[in-house]
Amino acid sequence: MLGLAALVLLAAVVASLAVGSRDVPLGTVWDALRGTATGQDALVVRELRVPRTLAGLLVGAALGLSGALMQALTRNPLADPGLLGVNAGAAAAMVTALAVLGLTSRLQLVWFAMLGAAVVSVAVYVIGSAGRGGATPVRLALAGTAVTAALTAYTTAWILLDQRTFDRFRFWQVGSLAGQDAAVVAQLAPFVLVGTALGLSQVRPLNALALGVDSGRALGASVTRTRVLTALAVTLLCGSATAAVGPVAFVGLAVPHLVRALTGPDQRWVLPLSTLLAPGLLLLGDVIGRVVVRPGELEVSIVAAVLGAPVLVALVRRRRLAQL
Amino acid sequence: MSVDVRPGPLTRPTGVADRARRGRTLRGRTGARFSVRLEGRTALVCAGLLAALAAVVAVLLTTGDYPLTVPQAVSALLGQGRPADAFVVTGLRLPRVVVGVLVGVALGVAGAVFQQVTRNPLGSPDVIGFTHGAVTGALVVLLVLGGTGSAVPLGALVGGFANAALVYALSVRGGLQGYRLILVGIGVSAVLIAVNNYLLTRSRVEQAQAAQLWITGSLNARGWDQALPLAAGLAVLLPVLLVLGRSLTVLDLGDDAARALGVRVDRLKLAVLAAAVAVTALAATAAGPIAFIALAAPQVARRLTGAVGSGLVAAGLTGAVLLLLSDLAAQRLFSPVQLPVGVMTGAVGGLYLCWLLVAQWRRGLG
Repeated sequence: MLGLAALVLLAAVVASLAVGSRDVPLGTVWDALRGTATGQDALVVRELRVPRTLAGLLVGAALGLSGALMQALTRNPLADPGLLGVNAGAAAAMVTALAVLGLTSRLQLVWFAMLGAAVVSVAVYVIGSAGRGGATPVRLALAGTAVTAALTAYTTAWILLDQRTFDRFRFWQVGSLAGQDAAVVAQLAPFVLVGTALGLSQVRPLNALALGVDSGRALGASVTRTRVLTALAVTLLCGSATAAVGPVAFVGLAVPHLVRALTGPDQRWVLPLSTLLAPGLLLLGDVIGRVVVRPGELEVSIVAAVLGAPVLVALVRRRRLAQL
Repeated sequence: MSVDVRPGPLTRPTGVADRARRGRTLRGRTGARFSVRLEGRTALVCAGLLAALAAVVAVLLTTGDYPLTVPQAVSALLGQGRPADAFVVTGLRLPRVVVGVLVGVALGVAGAVFQQVTRNPLGSPDVIGFTHGAVTGALVVLLVLGGTGSAVPLGALVGGFANAALVYALSVRGGLQGYRLILVGIGVSAVLIAVNNYLLTRSRVEQAQAAQLWITGSLNARGWDQALPLAAGLAVLLPVLLVLGRSLTVLDLGDDAARALGVRVDRLKLAVLAAAVAVTALAATAAGPIAFIALAAPQVARRLTGAVGSGLVAAGLTGAVLLLLSDLAAQRLFSPVQLPVGVMTGAVGGLYLCWLLVAQWRRGLG
């Protein structure tokens, strides 16, 4: 199963480097990567396709893993990484930076989006853990929904009042891998790596807690610690992904479902496989988006939704889904 | 508080549950043929909500750029008083308030039904994706076909129903499961959101912003043209939902138990969901897909009444109060800028839900 996912990933990376509005032969791609080729094709590969592919890898892995973590944490199949308010926080901070501070550089905006995602996640966690009983998953989901609604209102007010901000925001909102800056990718890589390590380290306690809080405790898992660390990982992963490419819906939600349909609910499989499979699918979606409307492109989030949804619907219809 | 017009196996078990909840059953002269259940706290909360609604309506009718006293507004409503007053009250403010109340009730009730059937607090029409279909329909009319005015609600209606029918057709398989319905709904909405984003990025910025305004949902410049069809539709659909809503409480016991109690589960679910979708559609054609009321109103109502079950009346009243309060804030807070009410429902509903959750958890409930 891991081998299959790795194969998909490899094929996606190769295709992402070679295919586009300008097709590059595989030999030239290889030479360009080693630095021996020159000319237009090599330039395209090195300057445009490599950052874009790296961004796709990071973002895909981040979305897949954070989605799986989120569903494990809340034990709710509807949970997607945006549920903790991460996307709404990033969007609100982006709009503030665009409208109030007048920032336009992608490198600066990324930091704002990260900051917004982090602040809002903490706020959701504080609200969710008010009173006795601590931050149960249902509370986190409800608090996240409420905060998201309030922030979305703020964002909408700005984009309705300020046309210039709206114009920039609508392109960020659609979620695209196009035009990725290598510097942005380099900025985000550490966050994604730390988040991935943190997330994967929670496999055993999450498995134990899937049996219920009491059984989980009896099996030696610390409830609070697991919840805090998992939420932290989700914030790091989803926050950096959203900051980089805008909110890409559906990948984080659907990939874990797909994986669970193949492997069952064991987190030892679900978390790593989601991490591996999501970037492959995201990159394939990106490649398809480059090909279907040449010479223009479709944004990856659009392709991901249009292709992924029928798969999800078919899975839901065909068999009993592995419950959480 | 709900009306049960069906005698038979259903009444006995819920009757037991009633007594356990200290409810009181008022019986008509013919005995069990027709009975109304009144729960003290629910009735009290509903009365409070009605009072709050009346207060907000009074504020909305009397304040603004052309302030009036309450007696002036009342005489204008009764067809007396100065013509200018009558024009402002019955021509401008009243239809807007009526649309607001009706849309709020519709969204609150529809949200409660959806959450009950899917047995998930997140299972509102927004999540299941009816709204996204309506938006797609409206965007196609606005941005692709270049239509305006009455064509936009029509597009929304077609889009919304097509979406709901598709979701239903895809999720029916050996009975309707809430879980499957939600997942299919999410899948279909993901595609629609993508289409919506695509349409928004591929059009001129002025057009796109106008479309964004419609998507947000607004009561600005709503008149009797919107209010009357909405009222007529709801007059048919809401009683149906209230009658069927009684049986929904039994679904909380699980599909099998409900079946054993004599409820035709699948037929009931189909009927209430179809009615709820139609109600949501009517609301969206009048005011656009206003966010969050359908999600928040049932949750707020449930926490106010402390009742189990659907509580459709309380949810509808809560929806109306939330929507009118939001509209008041949207009109006055940033005046002279008139924000669309959809912005405020999110802000007001979201913050209120936050406060409510925290307050409840502090007291060690939930």
